[in-house]
Amino acid sequence: MSVPVETQQLRRLFGARVALEDVSFAVGEGEIFGLLGPNGGGKTTLFRILSTLLAPSGGTAAVCGHDVRTEAPSVRQSLGVVFQSPSLDPQLTVAENLRYGGNLYGLRGAELEERARELAVALRVDDRMNERVKALSGGLQRRVEIAKSLLPRPRVLLLDEPSTGLDPVARVDLWSILEELRGRFGMTVVLTTHLMDEAERCDRVAILHRGQLLACDTPSALCATIGTDVLTLTGREPDRMAEELQAKFGWTVVVHDGSVRVEIPRAHEQVARLVEALPGQVLSVTAGRPTLEDVFVRMTGERLCGPFFEEGKA
Amino acid sequence: MKNQPRQPGRTFLWLPALALWRREVVRFLRQRNRVVGALATPLVFWLLIGSGAGPGFRLPGQPEDLTYLAYFFPGTVMLILLFTAIFSTISIIEDRREGFLQGVLVAPVAPEAIVLGKFLGGMTLAAGQALLFCLAAPLIGLPLDTAVLARLIPALLVVGFGLVGLGFLLAWPLESTQGFHAIMNIFLMPLWLLSGAIFPAAADSWVRYVVMVNPLAYGTAAVRRAFHGDAAAFGSLPSYAAALGVTAVFALLMFALSVWMVRRRRGES
Repeated sequence: MSVPVETQQLRRLFGARVALEDVSFAVGEGEIFGLLGPNGGGKTTLFRILSTLLAPSGGTAAVCGHDVRTEAPSVRQSLGVVFQSPSLDPQLTVAENLRYGGNLYGLRGAELEERARELAVALRVDDRMNERVKALSGGLQRRVEIAKSLLPRPRVLLLDEPSTGLDPVARVDLWSILEELRGRFGMTVVLTTHLMDEAERCDRVAILHRGQLLACDTPSALCATIGTDVLTLTGREPDRMAEELQAKFGWTVVVHDGSVRVEIPRAHEQVARLVEALPGQVLSVTAGRPTLEDVFVRMTGERLCGPFFEEGKA
Repeated sequence: MKNQPRQPGRTFLWLPALALWRREVVRFLRQRNRVVGALATPLVFWLLIGSGAGPGFRLPGQPEDLTYLAYFFPGTVMLILLFTAIFSTISIIEDRREGFLQGVLVAPVAPEAIVLGKFLGGMTLAAGQALLFCLAAPLIGLPLDTAVLARLIPALLVVGFGLVGLGFLLAWPLESTQGFHAIMNIFLMPLWLLSGAIFPAAADSWVRYVVMVNPLAYGTAAVRRAFHGDAAAFGSLPSYAAALGVTAVFALLMFALSVWMVRRRRGES
């Protein structure tokens, strides 16, 4: 069988701006694959190229062995696509949206009704079939959207920021559904995200930053590149704290986005010593195994999503 | 669940076109304010302008027994067709970026199906609304017998198809609905004003030449001839068959251009 999704030296320009540069990766059969990066990192461009909405400027992208540029109809037949803003008609009922959505893939009649019912049950929206989509919550709409995208039984499911706009409960729900669907239909799932906890649930993660692929591996392998524990401190004068720590302990200290980060082994044993060394300066200390966030900071010197400008969003 | 064997690279035409058509009609019927909006404005225009001119007012070169309300009637039908067609295409702009159309564009659907579904949907709504208004024709002394209907219904359908096409062509490349409102005011409304809808162009004015190349003028002429037949003297107004023929050519041209544009921009938008 062909590789579900593969790109080689993929490149996309918007005028003079480089949105993607030399991006190469391959997604394995049945994987849940995450494209992780901050907004503007290139994930949406990549999503749109894979879903045949945008042509690459250079390199190749293929879905199930079909080139997105030259064999778009075949790509479209192999793909289920879930958009960030739902591609459902709010004026139509759930059943109507599924019916018309299925028609687009040449499905009709009893076969279509059968599949629609089966998926509505799988996504637990079967009791809402005759309600208009505009009356449903964001989480339910996303589930209907996923049901619609699965009607043609695609080999690859492509999702753009699937948990945007969902409350925490709906988000957990979404993930259990994705994992269940993968197990049941043997689908490959490719999703974009800027959320760490979401990326950590993927089988493999590709980190995209400023249009470039920085790393592509399992979350644990990525975290293992840091090797030691990570200590994060906050305080009123992070720069001064960093200087003092560096002077007193000789550690490599990084100040990032108002917090002080140190990579040291057995970080938890150092907490007391460290707070005492900076009397009255420390507001909070976190010690733990490195997360994907730490990997991202290490690779880019930037945070994935600062709480200040992300909170207000969707 | 196993994957069914499918022909590689196949795209679908009729089934998606039918689905898009039905979707268009269903959502229109569920949005009552759209039904009212596209009908009420032309109706008010017609009543105010038509009545304001008074019962004795006659346009030069028109039949003696034709009141202004009756002259303006086909023009109002055109305005209803234009408004409904425009309202049904203006939604493309947002629908394509964050609505139902996104899903259509990533589905194995032929570009002809996307255009055909939209055109048929808009045409149905426009012709339906216009026909509803035409039921009022007998009230002001215009005939509405089977002979009139046999000319009127094809005219409404063909003109509706062409106007949806014009709207589609204008809306598809746009990024925002604001842009469309500007086009509506500086391009579409003047086209309607200069279509013979509210006055016939004088034989010695430059407007005559604009009317001659204005596709909407042939639409208005087709609707006017549908009511009065070819025998009535309306200056240089083309015959029913000629007006409908030109409108049909225009409609097909709009269709072809729209398909070309969807094909070209699908992978770029």
